Amino acid sequence: MTTLLAVRGLCAFYGPLQVLHGLDFDLVRGGVTCLLGANGAGKTTTLRALTGMVRTTGALRFEDVSIAGKATEDIVRLGIAHVPEGRGTFSRMTVEENLTLGAMTRSDKAAIAADKERVYAYFPRLAERRQQQAGTLSGGEQQMLAIGRALMLRPKLMLLDEPSFGLAPRVVEELFAILRVLNREERVSLLLVEQNAALALDLADHAYLLETGRVVMSGPAAEIKRNESVRRAYLGY
Amino acid sequence: MEILIHQILAGLATGGIYACMALAVVMIYQAIDHLNFAQGEMAMFSTFIAWQLMQWGVPYWSAFLLTVAISFAGGLALERIVFAPLRHAPVLSHIVVFIALFVIINSLAGFIWDFSIKAFPSPFGTRPLFELGLLSAHDAGMMGVTVLLLVLLYLFFRHTRIGLAMRAAAANPESARLVGIRVGWMVALGWGMAAAIGAVAGMLIAPVVFLEPNMMLSILLYGFAGAVVGGLTSPGGAVVGGFAVGVIENLAGTFIPHVGRELKLSIALALIVAVLTIKPSGLFGRRITTRV
Repeated sequence: MTTLLAVRGLCAFYGPLQVLHGLDFDLVRGGVTCLLGANGAGKTTTLRALTGMVRTTGALRFEDVSIAGKATEDIVRLGIAHVPEGRGTFSRMTVEENLTLGAMTRSDKAAIAADKERVYAYFPRLAERRQQQAGTLSGGEQQMLAIGRALMLRPKLMLLDEPSFGLAPRVVEELFAILRVLNREERVSLLLVEQNAALALDLADHAYLLETGRVVMSGPAAEIKRNESVRRAYLGY
Repeated sequence: MEILIHQILAGLATGGIYACMALAVVMIYQAIDHLNFAQGEMAMFSTFIAWQLMQWGVPYWSAFLLTVAISFAGGLALERIVFAPLRHAPVLSHIVVFIALFVIINSLAGFIWDFSIKAFPSPFGTRPLFELGLLSAHDAGMMGVTVLLLVLLYLFFRHTRIGLAMRAAAANPESARLVGIRVGWMVALGWGMAAAIGAVAGMLIAPVVFLEPNMMLSILLYGFAGAVVGGLTSPGGAVVGGFAVGVIENLAGTFIPHVGRELKLSIALALIVAVLTIKPSGLFGRRITTRV
């Protein structure tokens, strides 16, 4: 098991406001890691810090290359796909164009076309709507499109910001089943931010618990799940 | 009736000028979300470059292409040097810089080439196109070039990867960065293209209004009017809007008493106000809806 991403002493700032206070964590290659925590704990900010979307200090090493302080587009080009909060859909463009945009960093035409078909195979509902404007899709379909767009990058690591947000339970189930397949078969490592802790801990093999911008607990997902205080605070039973 | 047709045709002829300028206005608006007040002066400066090249003996079409290329590079450089550092500055700073550019370019042209009026050749000739003499060959050529530009832009934005990337960068910069698009360069490319289109507009307009540093003052206003009427988000709409402004202006000047040459310009302003009041997105523009 090798380390894909190493984070040391990560701090993040919105203007003068410090949101992360020295996070340390590691992502294992091929693993699924989840960040848990209440609203405002800094989960989204952590993901944004990893792709250079907020001002940060600290060390970030991806495949032993420092990505701290790099521009978002350069970090993405290294193979980190970020599915942002709110899905980041290009809503006035078609489903097909959204997928084309996902492969903007690649120039291998034939492979891009093949990857599109693969995305459509994972998400048949997108295939039916290729020429439809992305903004007209349902929430679940837009989330599928966002994941499909991220896949088009052929990422080594995918950052997912609350993929279950606002979706019906059945759609969420379907989505997480596909995420599991992507992790196993496409060998994409996942870093998952979720409010729905039960769901996230089922998928993840490692978890970090954030509180006000600090890691307060970490360990194998199964262990975290059994933890008394986590259960009471985040799993609700 | 004959007067009406005559005035509509004459309106379309001047409308071609406005359409060309409106297209350049929309290009930059798409890229940066602001109206560039210096757009007209940039076009004027490009036209002077073409004039200078021809003075040095460069044949028309070579000078034309060379000017378009120089303007493209100039627009790109302007964005990289002046506007890239201002990316996070408030709108007001941008407006101040636009006005500064306007004055600087205008005075620079006057300083280099002085303020005397110069003739500028037309590649299409100035003979009347038909016996009646309603439309000159140059007017028709100008309309043709405008429509050709529009078609080329459409093909570029719909069917090329870089066009798609530019649209994505304009529509949603954050998501565009997340798929690896270099948004800053896309904006610069938009500036380059707008400058190049402006150069074409300037070179086509100059044979009609003559070349001098202030040639674009009123035309830019009409171009804005055309773009607003057609919708600032729609290149096709801007062209239609430009033609419409030309026709409306001409008809009003002829048929409404007291609107002579002096009051024509206020019609453009009235149009802008009217459209913004009644249908802010213009005839063909997209309504921007935001989920809250």
